[in-house]
Amino acid sequence: MTKGTWRALLAVVLAVATMGAGSARAQDDAQHDAVVARGAYMAVASDCAACHTASGGAPFAGGLAFNLPTGTLYAPNITPDRQTGIGQYSEAEFRRALRQGIRRDGATLYPAMPYPSYARLTDEDVHALYVYFMDGVKPVAHRVVQDGMSWPMSMRWPLAIWRTLYAPDPKDVRRDMDRRTFADPLVARGSYLVEGPGHCGACHTPRALTMQEKALTAADGPLYLSGGDAVDGWRPVSLRGENRTGLGRWNEHDIVRFLATGRMPLGAAFGGMTDAIGHGTQHMTDEDRLAIARYLKTLSPTATQVAQGWTYDPTATDALRAGNVSARGARSYVDRCAACHRTDGHGYPTTFPPLAGNPVVMDPRPDSLIRIVLEGNVLRATRQAPSAFVMPGFAASMDDAAVADTVTFIRAAWGNDAPAVTTADVGRIRRTLSPEHPPISLPMN
Amino acid sequence: MSDDARRLKPVDVVIVGGGWAGSIMAKEMTEAGRSVVMLERGPDRSTASEGAYPASIDELEANFRYKLFQDLSKNTVTIRNNSQQTALPYRRMAAFLPGEGVGGAGLHWSGVHFRIPPDDLRMRSRVIEKYGAGFIPEGMNLQDYGVTYEELEPFFDKAEKVFGTSGEPYMINGKVVGKGNVFSPSRSDHFPLPALKDVYTAHLFRKAAEEAGFHPYSLPAANASRQYVNPYGAQMGPCNFCGYCSGYACYMYSKASPNVNILPVLRQHPLFDLRAGCHVLKVELDADGRRATGVTYTDPDGKVVTQPAEMVILTAFQFHNVRLMLLSGIGRPYDPVRNEGVVGRNFVYQNVTTSTVWLDRGVETNQYIGAGGGGVAFDDFNSENFDHGPLGFVGGSPVWVNQAGVRAIAAAHSGGPPGTPRWGSAWKAGMIDTYRHSLRIDAHGSNMAYRDVYLDLDPTWKDAYGQPLLRMTFDWKDNDIRMNRYVVDRIGDVAKAMGARRVNLTKREFGRPFDTRQYQTTHLGGGAVMGSDPGTSALNRYLQSWDVHNVFVIGANAFPQGTGYNPTGMVAALAYWAAHHIRTTYLASPGPLAG
Repeated sequence: MTKGTWRALLAVVLAVATMGAGSARAQDDAQHDAVVARGAYMAVASDCAACHTASGGAPFAGGLAFNLPTGTLYAPNITPDRQTGIGQYSEAEFRRALRQGIRRDGATLYPAMPYPSYARLTDEDVHALYVYFMDGVKPVAHRVVQDGMSWPMSMRWPLAIWRTLYAPDPKDVRRDMDRRTFADPLVARGSYLVEGPGHCGACHTPRALTMQEKALTAADGPLYLSGGDAVDGWRPVSLRGENRTGLGRWNEHDIVRFLATGRMPLGAAFGGMTDAIGHGTQHMTDEDRLAIARYLKTLSPTATQVAQGWTYDPTATDALRAGNVSARGARSYVDRCAACHRTDGHGYPTTFPPLAGNPVVMDPRPDSLIRIVLEGNVLRATRQAPSAFVMPGFAASMDDAAVADTVTFIRAAWGNDAPAVTTADVGRIRRTLSPEHPPISLPMN
Repeated sequence: MSDDARRLKPVDVVIVGGGWAGSIMAKEMTEAGRSVVMLERGPDRSTASEGAYPASIDELEANFRYKLFQDLSKNTVTIRNNSQQTALPYRRMAAFLPGEGVGGAGLHWSGVHFRIPPDDLRMRSRVIEKYGAGFIPEGMNLQDYGVTYEELEPFFDKAEKVFGTSGEPYMINGKVVGKGNVFSPSRSDHFPLPALKDVYTAHLFRKAAEEAGFHPYSLPAANASRQYVNPYGAQMGPCNFCGYCSGYACYMYSKASPNVNILPVLRQHPLFDLRAGCHVLKVELDADGRRATGVTYTDPDGKVVTQPAEMVILTAFQFHNVRLMLLSGIGRPYDPVRNEGVVGRNFVYQNVTTSTVWLDRGVETNQYIGAGGGGVAFDDFNSENFDHGPLGFVGGSPVWVNQAGVRAIAAAHSGGPPGTPRWGSAWKAGMIDTYRHSLRIDAHGSNMAYRDVYLDLDPTWKDAYGQPLLRMTFDWKDNDIRMNRYVVDRIGDVAKAMGARRVNLTKREFGRPFDTRQYQTTHLGGGAVMGSDPGTSALNRYLQSWDVHNVFVIGANAFPQGTGYNPTGMVAALAYWAAHHIRTTYLASPGPLAG
């Protein structure tokens, strides 16, 4: 959520709070304020702003572009403006759009809108979201024209078929939710946040050829949150309990800290997770972050990924410290990476993340690792961690072979056991780099 | 008010200058709930852009084209050695290198981070106690600060914690706890980080200094020896001794800077408004000149605007602060002939000479390695740590190996030992020998204040905005030359203990004037000093103008005379000290804090 959004929200809350002299009215207002506040919080938990607020644009006025293989999709304006936003939506229409992906005019929404997850939102939360978007968000006249998708994806009717086939029916969802029981109410809350509003699976669960998520909840089996396909070139890792490639060695506290600050001793946020933290999890309550963490820790490792647990192996460190850079990529690692990530691969947590034992490094697919070496990245500031850190990109100074060597070294050193990377792998990623490199706005510290 | 200036919405506090002092004051004032506008004449800057590796470590751009330094084509100073001469503008960076842009010189400093010796704070009293008033040479304006070390200690401590300073303590709460500087005063707490490791030359120097009977210690450095989170939540990386500190933004985020240590938090604060590219022309005063009403500045489009404020804090670097006071009519300008007035009085520099020691050719001194604030020093000849009686001079000098990293062009510039040709194979051999096998030892001495050394407005030269330049009238005096020569001879003692193959002791020479063409140091001081007597100080002990109570002036301009140490630690502590008294006393009832 942007600073502007918070200000707008605060202004509404204050304005509403100072209205109404009569006590009954005041009580109604107080109740209404509470609903608006709950809706604002659910908008954070649902990460609405990540897509519907363009960088530098008015809150929820849309326009953020998604570059998909099938064309460019623009997030619509969801402010209560009656002409260009959702001001004419009734609550029922709003509920249907959110949970079933059906627009007010009956057309089907592109499933970039995670309605298969939002189907799990409770009536109460949907109501709060509706009240918030109608009364707590400033209407902004901003027409988003959806003209970037190429045929056949520019047609809406095939989407309806997709929706019928793959999007869950809210009634079934409700029945399933009622059937599942949790011994720990915190885990129950976590499952709701992750599977519902948080729509973590939209990125972290693999999709079928027909693009639906292969599992929508933990109850659907071990593919749920087992690592997704590349989003904007970043490969979302598994959030399950794999020791090497998942969250197996992260404890609850690590996850809570990561969601609040984007950094903890075992790793740092990059790529798409930066926005999820920036707009979403950093603004959630500690209790909800703990609920998410506790729930994620209940997810068993996927059966196919059982491997010996990671333990630190000092062989590479000893060699580097003895001046032996004969291993493939070792010299390049020392010259370009070791100042921050150290010859022992431990980095300087939580300023510069470790590479030794880092799940991102050991991911079977090296896409994220290659991309971050080429393009660099920014560890963004959050409210609890005001410092941002920039990793420089090496696309201009390293050719594909050098990157492949370096990444291969990182993936095999210090007990890491991921396979080597080829020059072709690097070339494939390099071709997808944004032309306006560096594409990111730089932090000011 | 300037008649044609656009008036902006009033704020509580306007701060002039976005370096260390400005950032500290802005942080403190926003913590106190005051709205703050910080005006910085240079561009906005950050590690992410100015420190982007590897482009950032371009020595030519950084150290020879002065990428991050003041734009002298818009504003500079004029300089002369004495009041009989005509001063001329300082057009090319050389003797000193003032900063510009958000972070100020704090973005590209080295990082030596000292507390001032307690005796330096009451130097006049101490010299008279020890040697009698007659010991003070004719024409030397020796003064006390009006504040004690005990009063400042909590603020030194706070500054070290904000900066993430690495060091080894000697005494905490009266108990000896470590191998720090035996001459350093007791502390209330440890340094937030352990001392940086000694580079090889510092290690050799430490051993030799001990053998020569001195008391070596690790320089306190605002280069983080480990990753660090300061009390504001701002994070630093660890120093990797890359040697690119002075002149550079630290790409490791390990050198403390306002940009890394304070501004990330401040920029998020709703009461904080940073305006870069805004050059302040003057502080506006009310009709009777007793109260500031705001400042007038040129904005990035060149428009002249007035920012009304309840309080004005000048944090624009030592000589810019003095100049703004003179341009605004705050305090009485100094008149060296009548020895009256205070603004411009007691301008001081620092008395630094660097000697070179060549070791055996089997010893590689690895001068490319370095940390700007790291190294080993001894204080046996600093402050009042030794008996000046038989020596007949006031002041002193720490001695140190502060290997900040010798870079390629600098190494080529230095060439070989004196007498080496400046070209050809002999030059090359001398340069290589010097680069590989030598080390440098500094005498980082104090410079005393004198009646005929001062700052005033130049009668001839004007800046790009049509305002008079500041004029420096400065020369070295015999007292300071004697001090330097005595201490540099002690470097000779240490060099002998190191088994030097060759030594080149660099000393000040009697009768050789201040030479603006050679880099010496940017540690300029005084000119608007603090004290307890309005007749000899422009500021009271809270750094508040005696004459205009809602103007505070923070910087090395407040030092009544020079010290042997680097100024930043003292400036930061004074900023926190002043801020503390503004917050606890001034804001509740604005008025003079000292009678």
